[in-house]
Amino acid sequence: MDLTVEWGQVHALLGENGAGKSTLMNVVYGLVRADSGEIVFDGKAVRIGSPQDAIKLGIGMVHQHFMLIPPLTVAENIILGHEIATGPGVVDVRHAQQEVAVLSKKYGLEVDPAVKVQDLSVGIQQRVEILKALYRGARLLILDEPTAVLTPQEVRGLFDVIHALVKDGAAVIFITHKLAEVIEVADKITVMRRGKVVATTTPKESNQAELARLMVGRSVLLRVDKTEAKPGQVLLTLKDLTVQDDRHQVAVDNVSLEVRAGEILGIAGVEGNGQNELVEAIVGLRMPRAGQIKLGERDITHASTHSTLEAGLGFIPADRHRMGIVLELPVADNLVLSRFDRPPFARFIVRAFDAVREYAIKLIKTFDIRTEGPEQLAGSLSGGNQQKLVVAREIGTQPKVLLASQPTRGVDVGSIEFIHRRLVEERDNGMGVLLVSSELDEVLSLADRVAVVYRGRVVAVFDQKEADRDRIGLLMAGAA
Amino acid sequence: MDFLGHLDIAGFVVATLIAATPLVLAGMGGVMSERSGVVNIALEGIMLTSAFAGYAAAVATHNLWLGVLVAIIAGMLIAALHALLSIQFLVDQIVSGTVINILAVGITGSFYRTYIQNSSLGGTGVLPALHLTFLPNAPFIGVITLAALALIPIVHFVLFNTVFGLRTRACGEHPLAAETAGINVYLVRYSNVILSGALAGLGGAYFTLQQIGNFLPNMTGGRGFIALAAMIFGRWTPVGAFGASLLFAGADAFSGRLQISGVNFPYQILGMLPYVLTIIVVAGAVGRAVAPAADGKPYKKS
Repeated sequence: MDLTVEWGQVHALLGENGAGKSTLMNVVYGLVRADSGEIVFDGKAVRIGSPQDAIKLGIGMVHQHFMLIPPLTVAENIILGHEIATGPGVVDVRHAQQEVAVLSKKYGLEVDPAVKVQDLSVGIQQRVEILKALYRGARLLILDEPTAVLTPQEVRGLFDVIHALVKDGAAVIFITHKLAEVIEVADKITVMRRGKVVATTTPKESNQAELARLMVGRSVLLRVDKTEAKPGQVLLTLKDLTVQDDRHQVAVDNVSLEVRAGEILGIAGVEGNGQNELVEAIVGLRMPRAGQIKLGERDITHASTHSTLEAGLGFIPADRHRMGIVLELPVADNLVLSRFDRPPFARFIVRAFDAVREYAIKLIKTFDIRTEGPEQLAGSLSGGNQQKLVVAREIGTQPKVLLASQPTRGVDVGSIEFIHRRLVEERDNGMGVLLVSSELDEVLSLADRVAVVYRGRVVAVFDQKEADRDRIGLLMAGAA
Repeated sequence: MDFLGHLDIAGFVVATLIAATPLVLAGMGGVMSERSGVVNIALEGIMLTSAFAGYAAAVATHNLWLGVLVAIIAGMLIAALHALLSIQFLVDQIVSGTVINILAVGITGSFYRTYIQNSSLGGTGVLPALHLTFLPNAPFIGVITLAALALIPIVHFVLFNTVFGLRTRACGEHPLAAETAGINVYLVRYSNVILSGALAGLGGAYFTLQQIGNFLPNMTGGRGFIALAAMIFGRWTPVGAFGASLLFAGADAFSGRLQISGVNFPYQILGMLPYVLTIIVVAGAVGRAVAPAADGKPYKKS
């Protein structure tokens, strides 16, 4: 594939998960070696064998998963690998902090150089990442999915920085799958699909719908079609729930919420504001410190995960590899993971393989899981199909309440559409859905009611009609 | 209590410092290795091998200082083997360390039986020691103990104030981040593991060349493992490891004093004291102390 980036421009690289954007940029940054082809930088053909080579050329990269070392300070992180030393290899902390301060002033990236990175919010950590690249003299800055973890306000701040950089003559490559951002920030857009460039265009010559079509290869629905919710009785009750995180800090602070039959309650918030702990408490993976959780009439506050699921909870975990599926097991076994030990999938202590197989074939069909068959290992499915497998299993048990945590993370647009549609369908059939997502757009388009969390508290609850994107963004950032 | 009469405080402190020598040396070795991301349970085997190599060299050359040098080099070589296995060939670091520990017991043991046990080889004599004549009972402090004490602030400074130390900590926490910052993770890890071998090697020389001037099979007696406990209890810092070493060595010295004081108590049980204390302390400390995030995880460049 070919890609040309010019100085003084923001070049957006648009594509779905797995389209090859990050791989391509890792090649440019020397983390992955290209099989063939060449890279021309500033008019000269260059060989980039390691990040060191890239840094020397003036290429900087901010990875999607930050490359920061939490227990080290901001200054230490920034100078790492390019340390300012006095005498024989002694780090000059004072000098380093001064340099960082100068740099952060120049680009409006305020940050205290003496603070440890682990004590910073994600948005500030990203500033540190950008400063790190600039400190190394980056003239070409690659940003890999930089807005995924930011509030809308932080995104605006990031765009300001990008514009300042480009004005200064630098070039920015902006990797994303978010269409609106591309239109807003890019000077030039390259769309990738399955490792190939399918189009190069500009925001003026294109629009969101066209970009979506180019990205996916067919036209897609950008909005979720749904009718108004008809909420019924209360199915899931959280009352004054307080939960601690692993470090014994309060992560969920006195939360009270209700999920009714036939509605989707969305929880919006920047990641790390207690969502994980909340989800784990409901599922029974984490003991709440105070408060009550009820499923229907049954108190499941201290119930084990087993009896919670038994009581009628479906659970789509945020990290399918860690919790959702067993990669080394076949699709069929994964589909009955929560029920393999009882009829009809087992008789006494003997598993009934025919019943499992039959059931699996049925689910594979209804949920459009692209697989070679029930025997294929779950680990060899694509991300989207793995996720559909989890969704199929959890909806397949017809639970009263479905707890969906980041249900479309790392999933292609086609699968996102499918999963969203299924969630709405189940809602219409009377299921209560608790949706936890750090993608604000997902929450806004799916949820009938939106609860905003900040530092473990529910700071506001909106009906979908009155949910305003900017207002919620401010609340997510802690502005009252 | 008649044994209190035998308990002169200064003598007890000196005995503790001496007993702490191999613990703090191997413990600091463990700190450097694990801070760079490589678990080093081979410390025990490294010390035993170095104790033997140092003795052998001293016997052969009649030069104790050469013995110390050989002990350090032997430690570095064994550590290099651990580095090769765990960094290069991605062998599980615990398995690699265990293999080295077993190897060390076997090789030194068989050399001992073949060449030393029934031979006319005598002792090597011991390294010079500082004679503290101003203290009651005028105890001696050997040079390796003095060297260990001097190394504590040095290693601490290297780890927390130098470029090498910063890179070491980076590699132990998040090697991919270090790599993207332009650091050669392999080089940093190799250097630290080999450095830990040098420190543990000096600790090994303590047993033969400072303590008794002779070699005995398995004479390190699990001190390498106690050093690991000291490293954990000391939260992976040299100064902390020293503090924890003093605790364990204090128990050692205490039980030793109790035994010679003639208290009517089975000496086998008294001898257990440092080990029991180690178990209790580690059981309490583990879970609370936070290891470097990438400790024990092999790093593989894609």
